[in-house]
Order: sequence, then C-alpha cells, then structure tokens
Amino acid sequence: MAEQTILKATNICHSFGGLMALKDVDFKISSKEIVGLIGPNGAGKTTLFNLFTGHYCPTRGEIYFNNRKINGLKPYQITPQGIARTFQNIRIFSQMSVLDNVLIGQHCRTKTGLWGAIIRTSGSKREEARAYETALKMLHFVNLEEKKDEHASNLSYGEQRRLEIARALATDPTLLLLDEPAAGMNPQETSTLIKLIRQIRDEMNKTILLIEHDMKVVMSISERVAVLNYGRKIAEGTPQEVQNNDEVIKAYLGESA
Amino acid sequence: MNVYYLQLLILIGINIIMASSLNLVIGYTGQLSLGHAAFMSLGAYTSALATLRLGLPFGAALLIGAVVAALFGIVIGLPTLQLKGDYLAIATLGFGEIVRIVFLNLDITGGAVGLRGIPKETDFLWVICLVLITGFALNRIIHSRVGRALLAIREDETAAESMGINSTYYKTLCFGVGAFFAGIGGGLFAHWFRYIHPNTFGFLNSIEYLCMVVLGGLGNMWGAVIGAGLLTIIPELLRQIADLRLLIYGIVLIIMMRVRPQGILGQSQGKSTHTLSRYYKQILGKIKNR
Repeated sequence: MAEQTILKATNICHSFGGLMALKDVDFKISSKEIVGLIGPNGAGKTTLFNLFTGHYCPTRGEIYFNNRKINGLKPYQITPQGIARTFQNIRIFSQMSVLDNVLIGQHCRTKTGLWGAIIRTSGSKREEARAYETALKMLHFVNLEEKKDEHASNLSYGEQRRLEIARALATDPTLLLLDEPAAGMNPQETSTLIKLIRQIRDEMNKTILLIEHDMKVVMSISERVAVLNYGRKIAEGTPQEVQNNDEVIKAYLGESA
Repeated sequence: MNVYYLQLLILIGINIIMASSLNLVIGYTGQLSLGHAAFMSLGAYTSALATLRLGLPFGAALLIGAVVAALFGIVIGLPTLQLKGDYLAIATLGFGEIVRIVFLNLDITGGAVGLRGIPKETDFLWVICLVLITGFALNRIIHSRVGRALLAIREDETAAESMGINSTYYKTLCFGVGAFFAGIGGGLFAHWFRYIHPNTFGFLNSIEYLCMVVLGGLGNMWGAVIGAGLLTIIPELLRQIADLRLLIYGIVLIIMMRVRPQGILGQSQGKSTHTLSRYYKQILGKIKNR
C-alpha cells in the first residue's frame, strides 16, 4: 500500500501481574484505512486500545504515532497528537448537555485559562465561538443537532454511542479508535452506524480502527482485519482472507471445526 | 442598622463566600474536601498578622491572606488529589487538623490564646462587594472551558483524560481557587470579630460549610447561597436550644438525602452522579438490605 503508516507498534507485550494479556504483537495502520480488530472475548483487543491511547503503558515494546514515540505518555498528552477513542461501555458525561459533551472534545484544541475565563478576553470569546461552531458541526454530522440542549443521559443508547463518536471527532483526531461501536444496537441503528463510519473516513479523512463483535459490521466496512487470540495476533489480511483462515476458524469455533 | 442584624448579614455573606467556593471543589469538580475551614484559617491568620504586625491596608491584607491560602491549596492539592473519594476526604480532614494544631503551637499566631485586637475593618460594603466578586468569578469560571473541564472530571475522570484534560492540573487548580476564596472569607471573618483562635476553624466548621453546600444543592451556584443563608439564620432562630444545633444539622441532612438527595436547587435530571449523594445512596442501600 502506498499510503503512509501513521501508527506503528512493535513487539508489544503487556502483562497484568502474572497474566500476559498481549504477547509480541506487531501492528501497523496506514493513513485513511479502516481496520477491524477482532478476536474472542479476553483476547486483548481493548488492552491494545488502552495501550494506544495511553491508559496503560506497555510492559515491553514501542508504539509510534506519526513517527513519534507515544508509549509512556498519558492519555491527555496523546489526544492532542491526534488519537481519539470511544469506550466499550459508554462513557459520556451524563449530567451535562449534549452540546457541552462535544465542547469538551474541543478542550485540547483551545487554551483559555483561568484568567481568560474570568475576564472573558476577546481572545477567549473568539475561541469559545469557534469551539461552539465546531461542536455544532460534529453534532450535525452524527445527526444529533436537534438534541444539543438535552441532558446526555436522556439520549437513547444508539444516540449515546453517536454522541461519543461526535465527542471524539471534536478532538480533531487523525486516528479514531472505536471500541465496539455497534454493541447493543438494533439492525437499523447498525446500518446507520456503518454509513457513518464510512462518512467519517471519506468526508473527514480520518483513519479508523475498530473493535467489533458484529461480524456483519466488521466484514462489510473493514479493508483489513487483524485477529487476536490469547494475546497473540493470529491472522491479518482482507476480510476474505481472514474468514478462510484455519487458525481464525479454530479460535472461534474450536479444534474439531 | 441594628448591630445584631448587621452581624447576621455579615456572617451570611462570609458563609456564602465559603459555601460557594467549597461548591466549586465538591459540587462542580466532585472532589470531597473536608478541610475548607483550614484554608479559611490560613487566610484569617495571614491577613490578621498583616494588618496587626505589618500595618498593611485591609485590602492588601485580604489579598495576601487569600494568596497564601491558595498556595497551600495547591501544595496540599497536588499530592492529595491523586486520591479518590473517601481517601481524599480523610486526607483533607487530616490536613485541616494539622493546620489547626500548627496554629495552636506557633508563637506568632498566639498559640491557644489566638490573635486579639485585630482592627475592625470589615463592614457591610466590603462583604457585599466580595460576595459579588466571588459569585461573579466563580460563575465565569464554571461557564468556560475551565469549568467544562472540571465538570468532565466530576462526571468521568477516565473519559475526561481521554479528551485531553490533564485532570491533576485541573483538580489542583480548582483546589487553589476554592482555597483563595476561603482565604478571603477568613480575612473578612478575622477583621469583623477582631479575635481568632485555632478552634474557630475546626473540623466542625468544615462540616458546616459542607452541610450548606449539600443542603442548597451540589453543583448549583444559587444553591450554595441559599444553603449558606438558611444554615446561618436557622441556628440563630434556635438559640434557646443551641446545644441541639448539630443534632438538628444531622437530622436535616438525613431527611434531605432521603427526600431530595440533590439538595434544594440541585439538578434533578437523570441519575445522580455527585460524590456525596452517591455515598448516601450506598449507605441507605446497605441499611435497607439489612
């Protein structure tokens, strides 16, 4: 592929006490790809996400994002560099309005401090107006514009998932990590989501890595799929290749299949 | 104006400053601090010493007291704010006791006798102006990028960090701001009553401010004002049974948590995520399951 690599992880190992969650995983994502990450429960998919976003620091191995080493950095240091994520169990700010949720995504792209907030300098006013505009654009993009003044906790499950995506997009990432975005969605919501993920790549030029258990989603939008099992990467390739891979079938269906 | 009512109004004003600054820490940022009176005492002693010993003008003394309190807030906040929930509460409680005991044993602060003969500088105008300034500044902070970051930390620290918010920085900042205004409250207090001693600012005072915030409604600006007003006036009305005051506080808090856990003006939308109401719900749940 001619596209340039934006995320490169080499020899990633991560252990929780005596448990090796990830063993020598190599991983690469090129610009504007949609990559699916699958594997049985407990395979280490979310752990890998947490390593990419700085929630964990790898026991061994290196992670480079845009040729800069990011392992060992904290989440709030990695986000400004251009990685954003959603969470497996939705983590929206439920007591805040939908709009405020998305405005928080703009935090790392703005810089008004205590003084600017109290005095309301013209710079901070301009910045606030710009953040507001961006937030509205993101809400429009995920089709939640009319709900901007609602309490986030009043949104339906599918809407909360979309809000989380809008909030992540508001951090202006180059790489978007989606952790089971279709979990708990009905077929109709799922097909809207598939369209939305394609739009994020095609219209906003983002690179997307997603964990998903819904095979229909993974196989229909991923250009490349990586499979983890017991902390090892057991296969990687196009959806077609992965579906016909013996090791993958074994991992999902067992030895005698 | 009748001296008695003037004193009551001034006390209400000081308590509004104390409650709304504590509200920033507990209600908006979700950090349970039980040492707010300690920051008040730092402001009170510093400003009193500034006018007594250095002969500084009142305004300057107030500012110095507030800055010293804020510096302590930051220095104490940096290590303790790494702790969560109950642990933070215990650590701030410990800090409050340390400050009290230090003031009790220092010569410059007059030990157990305290400081007397502080010039009477506080008047109604000073109090009303500083209440307005406090309210204005806190309101502006809350409705800004900084305030959103604080709320995000209260709602979900992990998600806040992944939005690029340095939670340690913002929690410490909010602790510093809270302590700054508590320091102002202390300065006003010292220059009104003209006499302070270490036990003026004990653990029970911290709890009183907490009660004001909880009663009025965590995370609501006007809630803190109403809580401070009510809990200043009610004890006055109950003077005949002054010994029962704390008992009544306890009962009021229990009833509030039962019928209106979000406080008089607290947000009622959705599930409550405030630290305190969460604790009370856990406790109530345990009692019910017995």
